[in-house]
Amino acid sequence: MSEADATPLISARDISKSFAGVEVLRGVDLDLMKGEIHALLGENGAGKSTFAKILAGVHLPTRGTLALNGQPVEVTNPVVAQKLGITLIHQEPISFPDLSVAENLVLGRSEDGWFSKVPWAEMTREAHRYMDLLGVHIDVTRPMRGLSIADQQMVEIARALASDSRLIIMDEPTAPLTPREVETLFGIARRLRDEGRTIIFISHRLEEVRALCDRVTIFRDGDKIATDTIGNLSDADIIRLMIGRPLKEYMHKHSATIGDVALEVQGLTLPGVFYDIGFSVRHGEIVGLGGLVGAGRTDVARAIFGVAPAESGTVKVNGKAAEIEKPEDAIALGLAFVPEDRAVAGIFRTLPVEQNITAAIPGKIAPAGIIRRAVEKSLAQDAVKKLRIRLASVKQPIGELSGGNQQKAILARWLLADPSILILDEPTRGIDIGVKAEFYDMIGELAAQGRAILLISSEMPELLALCDRILVMAEGRLTAELSRAEANQEKIMSAAVPRSQRVEEAA
Amino acid sequence: MSAADTTRNIAGREAAPPRPLLHVILVRPETMTLALLILAVIVASQLSPFFLDINYILRSFTLSAEFAIVALVFTMVIIAGEIDLSPAANMALSACLFAWAQASGIPMPVAILIGLAAGLAMGALNAFMVIALQLPSIIVTIGTLTLYRGLAQIIAGDKSIRVPDWFIGIDKVLVLGIPVPVVIFVVVSLLLGLILAGTIFGRQIYQIGTNEVAARYAGIRTRRIKLVLFLLMGLVAAVAGMMTASRLGSVRYDLGLGGELQMVLMAMLGGTYIFGGRGTILGTFLAAWLLVVVSTGMTVANLLPAIQLTVLGVLLIVAIIATNFIYSRTQR
Ligand SMILES: Nc1ncnc2c1ncn2[C@@H]1O[C@H](COP(=O)(O)OP(=O)(O)OP(=O)(O)O)[C@@H](O)[C@H]1O
Ligand SMILES: [Mg+2]
Repeated sequence: MSEADATPLISARDISKSFAGVEVLRGVDLDLMKGEIHALLGENGAGKSTFAKILAGVHLPTRGTLALNGQPVEVTNPVVAQKLGITLIHQEPISFPDLSVAENLVLGRSEDGWFSKVPWAEMTREAHRYMDLLGVHIDVTRPMRGLSIADQQMVEIARALASDSRLIIMDEPTAPLTPREVETLFGIARRLRDEGRTIIFISHRLEEVRALCDRVTIFRDGDKIATDTIGNLSDADIIRLMIGRPLKEYMHKHSATIGDVALEVQGLTLPGVFYDIGFSVRHGEIVGLGGLVGAGRTDVARAIFGVAPAESGTVKVNGKAAEIEKPEDAIALGLAFVPEDRAVAGIFRTLPVEQNITAAIPGKIAPAGIIRRAVEKSLAQDAVKKLRIRLASVKQPIGELSGGNQQKAILARWLLADPSILILDEPTRGIDIGVKAEFYDMIGELAAQGRAILLISSEMPELLALCDRILVMAEGRLTAELSRAEANQEKIMSAAVPRSQRVEEAA
Repeated sequence: MSAADTTRNIAGREAAPPRPLLHVILVRPETMTLALLILAVIVASQLSPFFLDINYILRSFTLSAEFAIVALVFTMVIIAGEIDLSPAANMALSACLFAWAQASGIPMPVAILIGLAAGLAMGALNAFMVIALQLPSIIVTIGTLTLYRGLAQIIAGDKSIRVPDWFIGIDKVLVLGIPVPVVIFVVVSLLLGLILAGTIFGRQIYQIGTNEVAARYAGIRTRRIKLVLFLLMGLVAAVAGMMTASRLGSVRYDLGLGGELQMVLMAMLGGTYIFGGRGTILGTFLAAWLLVVVSTGMTVANLLPAIQLTVLGVLLIVAIIATNFIYSRTQR
């Protein structure tokens, strides 16, 4: 901590929160110092986002008090929070996609009257200034829609700066970023800390927390378990505190017999997005698709699944040429696709968890078109148990679940579909380490049953641990195919880095 | 392997009680509609003792029954995240075609088929523009609402076309003492209510309305379902048009004029969420009765038409605000 100012910026005392009678935070006491980066750790559903939302005025605590610089404050809504200098960067970014970057920046500043003139020129100039301050190059007159997720996040951070926030809360900001972007983000976070601002950083990646944070607070089941300087805790300590048991070691699946080719792709091309993609996945095999975020991996998966078909190239399923024009064609052929963008392509936010879980298996819950509620409920409940989805009831709207638990529910949907070919796009994003190992086991198990699995992941340890073969993409092209024996982090990385950057680095 | 073999017990929160039933019922918008309906009956019976006579209410209902029937399908279209404002004009055009056909000597059964086919075709045109051309349904159907009404006027001119005597008076025919239009309304309500709540087709309507992209990823045939809905809308509107013709005894181009407003009112008063994904047939069913009691009550109380319209407008706005409020509370 650079500045030794004794009064904490925020003191939370006895913060508790219940939703419909279910207590999700219990008596949390926490002091946040000026000039520190403070990590919140905990399993999915432990209450991290809820605590963050209480600080940011999104939720009101059912009990407890907050003090800012020693003065009691009531953060009744996000506008108040903004005025007090508290900004929350949401787990699922919510900005205004059609407004320009500059407009998004000044949004929510309410000192202007409703009808006062919008100072476009000044706004743009100011936006430029913040972008320069952050050291990022974004055209501030462009609409948010076209920006990469990393850039959108930078805009959110710039927004925090624009309102001169003293507390910036980042809820799982790094999940969708490339390593390079993570570094940029960390650099900015450190600079903000050195200016005396406070940052709350929520992540499921311990190595990131270690690299960035000064202190950590660990939540479990809505209780604050511990707060300590990061140096005082080993990884094992943290995991024990988080999940209350030692972490299960992941073992590579024993011996899946690799069978015939299940999925074969040849010369798949969608101009401007990906070119000449060819590979095959056999029954019982897990094939990894590595690369940086934005390399076109998701687009390839979407093309195979018929969401946005390729312009040329062929897809064969079990040796037969397949015409996949829409997802329903793919599903009929036994494919399943767990998309990476859960909010947009995954969940039905306001519908019950059980309906979300059973969405892809109408035939099973309604053999003659008429829904059998008992079947549906028991299928959903089994899935909830198996994946340890934390919820109050399967009738609860899925939007009320924590981010990681939503992800598990979507995974459950596709596991129920019992696919013979499973495409997973960043399936463990936002999933806590306690469950990850079991997830890996489950994927191994699925392969052992003879399913073909294509695993898209930006996490190299995940690819290395799980896959029989690893393909790497960069800038829309396949750049490497590595067997399990020859694969390692360096090889994946060097194939993943775009050529343009490679030249830069060589120079 | 199974996740269960790890010993950790997270039952603590899983075992938490679901929301109490009473709580669930109280926050449903249909509850609000029912409460309003009871209130309206009480107030109306103060105005006129007629309102305690079920036959009076039933007879009043026949005047709106056609709109109410269409409003049921309309509700499903809104739940699917689309809207169709053209059904009242569709009623007029299909009724005009039917009346014109039979007046020019075509046998009645064929004339009826012509009317139904016209309704389907109008639904298909809406569907084509919304589904194939991906145009927003609100704009498309405002366009076709004008178009269909215009065509009706071209066909019928300013005259009214009479229908044969035996065809007249569907509202006077009673089944178990209940006018046929009301019977049809109740039967269609039951049917669509069961479909919407109990079948995969109904379930997927909600899923499409909640998140169309996610629905497509889940393999739901979003286009087909929307096509079915628009076609059903066209067909039911045509039936409603001919029922109106039977009740009125003749057809003019302005048949059912302004009906889309009543349908919107019924759906909204019944708690259907205008952005899709939520709503029930029960809600629209109750709201249809509510609307009839309120309108008839106001007529009995001798309120000026302008004032009646104002009241309906206020009612609509209150309904939308209340529905939004209820949904936003249950959402977070
Ligand atoms: N609006 C809500 N209504 C009901 N329950 C809720 C609501 N929001 C959160 N919860 C519940 O509160 C608990 C804590 O959720 P929270 O989002 O804080 O978890 P988290 O620690 O951020 O998890 P993750 O790592 O998965 O993001 C969860 O069990 C969740 O189901
Ligand atoms: Mg969270």
